[in-house]
Amino acid sequence: MSSNVPAELRYTKSHEWVKKNADGTVTVGITDHAQHALGDLVFAETPEAGRDLAAGEACAVVESVKAASDVYSPIAGQVVAGNASLAEAPEKINTDPYGEGWLFTLKPSSVAEVDALLDAGGYTTFAEESAE
Amino acid sequence: MPLQTPLYERHRALGARLVDFGGWDMPLQYGSQLEEHHAVRRDAGMFDVSHMRVVDLAGLRTREFLQALLANDVARLAVPGKALYSCMLNERGGVIDDLIVYLRGPTAYRLVVNAGTAEKDLAWISAQALRFEVEVTARRDLAMIAVQGPNARARVAELLTPADAAIALGLPVFSGAALAARGSASFIARTGYTGEDGFEIILGAGEVVALWDRLIDRGVRPCGLGARDTLRLEAGMNLYGNDMDETTTPLESGLAWTVALDSPRDFIGRAALLEQRAAGVPRRLIGLLLEDKGVLRAHQKVIASSGEGETTSGTYAPTLERSIALARVPAAVIEPLVAEVRGKRLAVRIVKPPFVRHGRALIAL
Repeated sequence: MSSNVPAELRYTKSHEWVKKNADGTVTVGITDHAQHALGDLVFAETPEAGRDLAAGEACAVVESVKAASDVYSPIAGQVVAGNASLAEAPEKINTDPYGEGWLFTLKPSSVAEVDALLDAGGYTTFAEESAE
Repeated sequence: MPLQTPLYERHRALGARLVDFGGWDMPLQYGSQLEEHHAVRRDAGMFDVSHMRVVDLAGLRTREFLQALLANDVARLAVPGKALYSCMLNERGGVIDDLIVYLRGPTAYRLVVNAGTAEKDLAWISAQALRFEVEVTARRDLAMIAVQGPNARARVAELLTPADAAIALGLPVFSGAALAARGSASFIARTGYTGEDGFEIILGAGEVVALWDRLIDRGVRPCGLGARDTLRLEAGMNLYGNDMDETTTPLESGLAWTVALDSPRDFIGRAALLEQRAAGVPRRLIGLLLEDKGVLRAHQKVIASSGEGETTSGTYAPTLERSIALARVPAAVIEPLVAEVRGKRLAVRIVKPPFVRHGRALIAL
C-alpha cells in the first residue's frame, strides 16, 4: 500500500505529522497512512487552546466507525488552536490529512525538537516496516 | 490456520482488509465502511456469510425435537419455507446461540447458526438429537451470500431463471424456497441482518463464486463485516457474544418476544426462565442514543442514580449520524443516564430499538 508522505513535513512513529509555520508555530495532524488504517473517521476531539503539552502526551482523539485512537503531541509546547471544523466534518481527516484535516497548532517549547523527528524518508521506511 | 470461504480469493482480489472472525478469514471492509453501509440502506450490497453453518435435520420426530431444543416454537412454522428466529438455551436459560430455523418439508428443517459457535452448537444439537432419532447434518458443502437493500431482490431476480425469479419475488417476508435450477439443497430466503429487504441465498460451494461475480456485474456492492455490524445495530438486532451469551437469558437480552414461554411445551431452559420471570428479571437490554458528541463502544459503563450497567454493543450509526448502543442495565433503571466514554460522562437517552428500518430513522433524534 502506498501512501502520501510529503517531503517538507516531519513525522512520529505514532503516525502524526508536524509542519513548521512561518509564525513560529507548528501544525499537527495524522498521516495519510494513519487515516487509511483507521478507516472512515466519524469523530475528532482536539485539545483546548492554552493547554500545555509534553512530548508524547495523549492530547486528541480520532474515532473511526471501528475504533477510537489517541493522538500524541509530537513535541512539547502550548496549544494555540484546535481545528474546530472537525467537529462537524471529521471526514476531512480522511480526505485531506495534511491540509483541512489538521488537528491542532502548537507554540513549541523548542524548535529543535521538531528537527529531531523523522523526516519523510525515515517515516516511509518505518511505516513500511511496521506494515509487514 | 484460519478457515476460508469459497469467496476468499475474491475478497483478496477486491482488496479487502481481512480479519479473523470466529476462526474464519473474513473481509472487514473492501473500501469505505460508510459507503458500504449506505449502499445497503440506499441500493444493494452483499455479504459473504459462508462462515455461518447450515445444519439440516431429518427424521420423523424433527418437530418434537426442535420444540424441545429451541425457546421459540417451531409450531409457528405453518407452511414449508417459513422461517423462525430463536434462541437455543442451556438448562440455566443461558443462550448457547441464536439461529434461524426454516421448515423445508413436512419433517425437514434447516438451521443457520453462527460461525463462532458452530462447533459448540453442533455438539449440543447432536447430543440432544439422539433421543429423538433425528439425523443432524452439518452442510460444509454449502455457502451463503446475503444480498440486502431496497434494490437487492430485483438485482438477484434478474440472475435467476424465470421460474425461480417468480418464486423468489413471490416470497413473503421471512420465508424461503429451494431454487429449482440449483438443486434441492439450494435455498433462497427473504431474510437478513440489516433492517433492509433482501435475500439470503444458500448454494453449493462451487456455485457461489459465479453468483457473486454476476451480482458485482449488476452493481451490487460487496460489503464487509464492519458494515454488517453497523447495519445490524441500527436495525436493533443482537449480536451473539456481544449482546447475549451463555450467562444471560433471552429475557435479559431484549429477546422475550422470541420465547414461547406460556405454552405448555417444555423446552430446554424453560424452567429457568419461568423461575427468573417469577422472581423478577433483574436486568434488561435497552437501546441508547448518545446526546453528546462522541462514539459509544461496547463495554462502557452506563450510570443512573438507580444503578449501573454496561454497553454490550456501540457504534457510530451512519444512517443517523449519531452514536447508538445496546446496554444491559438493572431492570428498574430510569433516566437521566450517562455513559462513561474515555473518562468522560456523556448524556445518553433510552430509545426503543430498532433505531433504523428500511432506510429511515425510527427514533427521534
